[in-house]
Amino acid sequence: MMKKNDHKKSWIALLIAVAVLVVVGLLDNLPGKIVPSMLLTVLQKGAIYALVAVSMNLLNGFTGLFSLGQAGFMLLGAYTYAVLTVPVARQASVYQRYPGGGLGFSITESLSGAMGQFGLLLGVILCLILAGCVAGLFAWLIGLPVLKLKSDYLAIATLGFAEILRAVVQYDKLGPVTNGSNLLYGFTGFTDFHLGSLKLTTVMPFFFAGLCILVVVLLINSTYGRAFKAIRDDEVAAEAMGINLAKHKRMSFMISSFFAGVSGALLAMFQASVQATAFKAAMTYEILLIVVIGGIGSISGSVIASFLFVGCSEWWLRFLDNETILQNFGVKVKFAVVLGILVVAAAALGLWNMKRKGKKLIIRAAQGRPTVNWGPVLGLGLVLAALLWDVWFVISPNLKLPLLRSGFRMVVFSVVIMIVVLFFREGIMGDKELWDLGKKKRSAKAKAGAGNE
Amino acid sequence: MLDKILPYLLAGISVGGQYALIAIGYTMVYGILRLINFAHGDIFTVAGFIMVYAAATMPLSVSIPLTIVLTVLLGVLVEKVAYRPLRTAPRMSVMISAIGMSYLLQNSMWYLTGGLAKQYPVLPWISDSVNVAGTTTSRVTIITPFLVIALVAVLVLLIKRTKIGMAMRAASRDFETAQLMGIKINNVISFTFVVGSFLAAVGSMLYFSNYATVTPTVGAMPGLKAFVAAVFGGIGSIPGAVIGGFIIGICESLIKGAGLTTFSDAFTFALLIVILAVKPTGLFGENLTEKV
Repeated sequence: MMKKNDHKKSWIALLIAVAVLVVVGLLDNLPGKIVPSMLLTVLQKGAIYALVAVSMNLLNGFTGLFSLGQAGFMLLGAYTYAVLTVPVARQASVYQRYPGGGLGFSITESLSGAMGQFGLLLGVILCLILAGCVAGLFAWLIGLPVLKLKSDYLAIATLGFAEILRAVVQYDKLGPVTNGSNLLYGFTGFTDFHLGSLKLTTVMPFFFAGLCILVVVLLINSTYGRAFKAIRDDEVAAEAMGINLAKHKRMSFMISSFFAGVSGALLAMFQASVQATAFKAAMTYEILLIVVIGGIGSISGSVIASFLFVGCSEWWLRFLDNETILQNFGVKVKFAVVLGILVVAAAALGLWNMKRKGKKLIIRAAQGRPTVNWGPVLGLGLVLAALLWDVWFVISPNLKLPLLRSGFRMVVFSVVIMIVVLFFREGIMGDKELWDLGKKKRSAKAKAGAGNE
Repeated sequence: MLDKILPYLLAGISVGGQYALIAIGYTMVYGILRLINFAHGDIFTVAGFIMVYAAATMPLSVSIPLTIVLTVLLGVLVEKVAYRPLRTAPRMSVMISAIGMSYLLQNSMWYLTGGLAKQYPVLPWISDSVNVAGTTTSRVTIITPFLVIALVAVLVLLIKRTKIGMAMRAASRDFETAQLMGIKINNVISFTFVVGSFLAAVGSMLYFSNYATVTPTVGAMPGLKAFVAAVFGGIGSIPGAVIGGFIIGICESLIKGAGLTTFSDAFTFALLIVILAVKPTGLFGENLTEKV
């Protein structure tokens, strides 16, 4: 009976996946300007970031290996893909600083020349797999010395490895292949995909990233995945149960790097250009923060957080970077009301969180003077100050919004991230999955029922 | 031969001394909290910016102490805000908080300074050119190693001879027992951050006197390298951090001299991986199995 239920679930999942792809395809092809082009950008980049966040989560959240090398493996994937697919005719101009550079062939070009769109798809899939394999191979190499290390030593070693890769790729002697520190461009991107006149630009990253994430989900629910989780929870106990630590750690590291490589290649396709300087440690930090926001140990959390993160940084919070002058008094009042509501909501959320954890503003001991819980009191003071300022802003004749100028978006962003890191350590999903939410309630009910009997 | 190597050697000793000053901050914090303070490199950068703005309006006799005081305050504040609430949390959470703090500091600096490179003020006397064995270099290059050694001597005395130093040694040996013995652990940790930030501020003055411009992300690389220096010397050991800093600075400078500038950063990290693989406790690290 269980099996039948599982079949049903797979069908539902497949249906949802197809529906998502159809909707995304529709968004891509609606005529005119109904769909803002920003939405399409966010969807594409969000899908790619979702994949790399999931790959990092596999390592950090499910195997308990704190690695910070993701940007390095993305770099490997991106370069592998780009080098393999720059069209022959464009190689002379791309590699103009290295005459005679380039491979002299392009996998996607030759395959699409032979078989059209199907060949193109085949070529891209082949190159993506190669990109992942190169990243995985390097992961194996670096894993030999590094995986014996624990927690922060592993983190700093992998971070260092990513920096080494960045330096090596820019090495002048490798220029004929990697184009040194110059841009690689002109290779096959998402815009090259279409069915007749039907654009598939946004569908393709969803398709590739979705497929890879599905593989990770299946992996996590397999015997290997359970071994990973056992290692995360207690290494010694896992080893005592007969799990080969070295083998499983290496495997998790290589698989994670494989998908980081694939996502690097997808990022290259999305950006239509690659340059080594972009793959800095800061990129790894961003991905790590996505994983933390989504919840360490939750695949669906990582996916949701990626779209939120990309959406905020590319689109919804963009207005924070522009100096803004409000048109008139009415708009100012509206702005002040919205701001006031937001501040009050934040305060309410904070108080609710305190109540949930059973903390109080003023702690009354049985004896002695009551002590004040300074952190939250300070927070409440800030909320009050913000509200006072809000009122003052409405009264004052000033129409220019303060603080808003280039760079403010990232400050707000990092403050929000710090709040999540400090006060909501569970992230959006904790270590639960979206599809487990309904199940948990049911099992809780079942337990309650069993208790009543 | 020597006159070709000498300029690079001098530059290496100088930059090595600056790494050493930053590395002490890492190694002391790690010794007590078992935490890589990723924000340390950014505190170093903030010190540079404070100096830029302070020197623009105030005489140097005011702006130098002001820079040091503000940097120390920032270091203590970072610890209070980002690390203290997570004292009982898993180590991974604290490290993530450190990374988040680094991200926040970098973005704030970008916002406040407009993201453009700022010219570092010229500190008189130490920026003057001097002639050493036929090579012209600025005086800061010569002073740095001596200043570093003097500061480290004072620091070692502080740790070996004073009460707070004893408390620090106790806390780094065994956090909980130290607490049970009546040591106010939070004060000890704050003091560690005071010392670390002070040395970072001094280091930033020396470093930027040589490099002349400050940008929001300029501290990330020296920060990471200083951490490598701390690991190389044996994390938790102050003389180790200093020697590690000098070795890395000199090697890097010589590699640049050999025309392999691309690999000067890569070398440092390769050294890190080799050290971690061969002797994870570093040159002077204590052999505690728990650490690695």
